[in-house]
Amino acid sequence: MMEVMQRGEGEPMTIVHAVFSERLLVAIKGELDLKVAGELRKTLDQLIDRYPDRDVTLDLSEVPFVDSSGLGVILGRYKRLSAAGRALQLTGVRPPVRAVLDLAGISQLLSVQDYVPKSPVR
Amino acid sequence: MINRMILRFLSVADNVGLARVAVAQLAAPIGFSLSDLEEIKVAVSEAVSNAIIHGYQGRADGWVEVVASVVDDELTVSVEDWGVGIADIAKAREPAYSTDPERMGLGFVFMESFMHSLVVESAPGRGTRVEMRRKAHVGALSRDVQ
Repeated sequence: MMEVMQRGEGEPMTIVHAVFSERLLVAIKGELDLKVAGELRKTLDQLIDRYPDRDVTLDLSEVPFVDSSGLGVILGRYKRLSAAGRALQLTGVRPPVRAVLDLAGISQLLSVQDYVPKSPVR
Repeated sequence: MINRMILRFLSVADNVGLARVAVAQLAAPIGFSLSDLEEIKVAVSEAVSNAIIHGYQGRADGWVEVVASVVDDELTVSVEDWGVGIADIAKAREPAYSTDPERMGLGFVFMESFMHSLVVESAPGRGTRVEMRRKAHVGALSRDVQ
């Protein structure tokens, strides 16, 4: 039978961040839907406020699923950041997530870099 | 092949994932690709999220019923709630229409774009039922809706 569960699906969302001189990198793991939208919004807003002079990169390489609830959080953070002259970038975007971003027109608003699988260790 | 599933759950956000995975599992054997199944999951997620957010306005004590069936190479999914209903269905289906500023108003756009057909029935005070269909073995869906 075809496996319909993707990596990271059904697991609790986790968020880790790293601070660089001009950039805040936030790596999200898990599905971004209605269940986690409130927590995701709150956590991202806290990070955005805590590091007010940095652009933000969201690493979505461990995000297998996004719907309009998750997209709404990302778009809302984009609006907040761009109003303050700060940039938002998405990296590690997997194909199912890319399809949703493209359909919503988000790929035209901000920088979106696709997921690049790591080369196997020989 | 014929298979059918009825799933009834409370209007709790945790159940959105349960519904989309269950429907994808039912649909998988009739020839959908993994990419197709991902799109079907988004459509189901949007319909169930709408029932919780708009139908029950965030209340966690309403029932949501998902009925999914596969007949030959076609999947049919209906999502029904008995919440507040939609006063103007045409307006609700417009892109970027949302009563919540943090949401994008794209729920119906995703349902229409990722499925082959979408029917919405609703009456204020009585609830909403959406029915979506998608056939396997059909070429790429139109991406014209923006």
